Amino acid sequence: MNFELNKTQDLFRQMIREFAEKEVKPLAAEIDEQERFPIETVEKMGKLGIMGIPVPKQYGGAGGDNIMYSIAVEELSRVCATTGVIVSAHTSLCVAPILEHGTEEQKNKYVPKLASGEWIGAFGLTEPNAGTDASAQQTTAVADGDEWVLNGNKIFITNAGYAHVYVIFAMTDKSLGTKGISAFIVEKDTPGFTIGKKEMKLGIRGSATCELIFENCRIPKENLLGKIGGGFAIAMKTLDGGRIGIASQALGIAQGAMDETIKYTKERKQFGKSLSSFQNTQFQMADLYTKVEASRLLVRSAAFKKDKGIPYSADAAMCKLFAAETAMEVTTKAVQFHGGYGYTREYPVERMMRDAKITEIYEGTSEVQRMVISAKMFR
Amino acid sequence: MKILVCIKQVPDTTEIKINPVTGTLIRDGVPSIMNPDDKGGLEVALRLKDEFGAEVTVITMGPPQADAILREAMAMGADRAILLTDRKFAGADTLATSNAIAGALRCLEWDLIVAGRQAIDGDTAQVGPQIAEHLDIPQISYVADVKFDGKKTFRVKKETEDGYQILEVESPCLFTVLASAVKPRYMSVGGIVDVFDREVEIWTADRISVEEEKLGLKGSPTKVKKAFAKGLKSAGEVHEIEPEEAVNLIISKLKEKFII
Repeated sequence: MNFELNKTQDLFRQMIREFAEKEVKPLAAEIDEQERFPIETVEKMGKLGIMGIPVPKQYGGAGGDNIMYSIAVEELSRVCATTGVIVSAHTSLCVAPILEHGTEEQKNKYVPKLASGEWIGAFGLTEPNAGTDASAQQTTAVADGDEWVLNGNKIFITNAGYAHVYVIFAMTDKSLGTKGISAFIVEKDTPGFTIGKKEMKLGIRGSATCELIFENCRIPKENLLGKIGGGFAIAMKTLDGGRIGIASQALGIAQGAMDETIKYTKERKQFGKSLSSFQNTQFQMADLYTKVEASRLLVRSAAFKKDKGIPYSADAAMCKLFAAETAMEVTTKAVQFHGGYGYTREYPVERMMRDAKITEIYEGTSEVQRMVISAKMFR
Repeated sequence: MKILVCIKQVPDTTEIKINPVTGTLIRDGVPSIMNPDDKGGLEVALRLKDEFGAEVTVITMGPPQADAILREAMAMGADRAILLTDRKFAGADTLATSNAIAGALRCLEWDLIVAGRQAIDGDTAQVGPQIAEHLDIPQISYVADVKFDGKKTFRVKKETEDGYQILEVESPCLFTVLASAVKPRYMSVGGIVDVFDREVEIWTADRISVEEEKLGLKGSPTKVKKAFAKGLKSAGEVHEIEPEEAVNLIISKLKEKFII
């Protein structure tokens, strides 16, 4: 048993913390305010290898592990949750399924450009009538000669519009239920594929969240990802990995709010003494710190199991559930500790509180996580 | 082209606190970093490598822990790293340090040597220039920018107190670089993943041909008489006003203090 980061992970943590502080933090308030996708940050991250951390070097990645990837999303989200989710959705939801389920040709065609950040990746599963009930897919894919013809709509797709590569799920045989869902790789600018409405959101406002529209969109036969009918299993497996990313994002948001609150309560004086000297502050903060640290252990444990090839589906669900609810609690209390100032945009904690909420919703709501965890307990 | 970059591990002085009672530095728990001017020098070397192709070797003298900055330099893009470490080097002042490093450099091939202007712990700015003197090569200190013709000639911007000079120099030569000259790159993720599998060469005093009397405490004529903390200045005033108003304010303040 070893709870320490190894030397590589530790050095990486130094590097990503410095990058986040110097390159990401200064933009966080601005991209939130302007609802602007930070494309310049993605370019910088691409050059440094941050867009392909757990990708083997043979496919142009950095050759790192999932613990390093988790640390990256945590540290980025500590200062800017938008930047955290851009990396998380790209890595966990697009690069990972192509790496895990793609043919050698698909991997060679897509992964190096994704891992270098030249291309951004996205994932399209959710539909207007298929949210938590992801099996109710209405998008269809019909074989026609050497092509698949896609029709349907996807909604709430992270990185949409900026992504070059989309992993898309569609029904290839409605009579088979979840066994009739297949996964496809769709490139941007494919005729019949357009980006629809951009959502105006409560938080992570710099991240692009849009509708995808497929109208007789023809893609080559070889863009089927995995086997026909294997799509739902790919989606579920992909989301298991994605949950480690989102849990890391939630953890980062919570840590960021904690750091801001420690700083503020030490400086802010009321009744002639600093807020941090009140036992109410100390006890509440002690509870929050404990929960943040517990989240970190759950996240690291899930990432460790993924790296070791140990089944981690319930672990991923537990770390996401706990880290997301912790992020919501910590950020809400952080605003409270900041009082009136915390409610203003002068301080980052109101943004962190808005950003935290989504971690309880996307890539499986907290309710879905409880379903996954209990299914393992009572099977 | 072969470029040698001299770097030093220093305590992060921005994190150092002073014991208010004894006036001495509290070094406990202070992180060690690559000296900022040296990092600037490494960046200058790596940019020359990017543009013209070069083998960049980093060298440092220090305790075994100095391995950390060499690994950082390799993860940034340096090709080779050498750690000069030996008890015989301990207690060195700038002269003994430059003797040891120059001795090591005589065992290596290079077209250009790059050092930082000065280290944030000692602030002497002596080691780089001394190395150039020992090796009898031209040097330009306080370098803010370097252009290379791809053959032998460097066109260098040297900062002076009241401006800058543009100088031309041919290799072999030595520059001491300012941290403000360039923004150093980050370590790459792939570089970090590989770096602990790479070799840091350990060189002891036997490896370099320098007489023992010139090394370490024995080779150090500098004697520290006294160390003390500088008196703290009182906090300044900040005025956000128009330039014209600012001029008047400054003049009245200077008159108030009988400076003008």
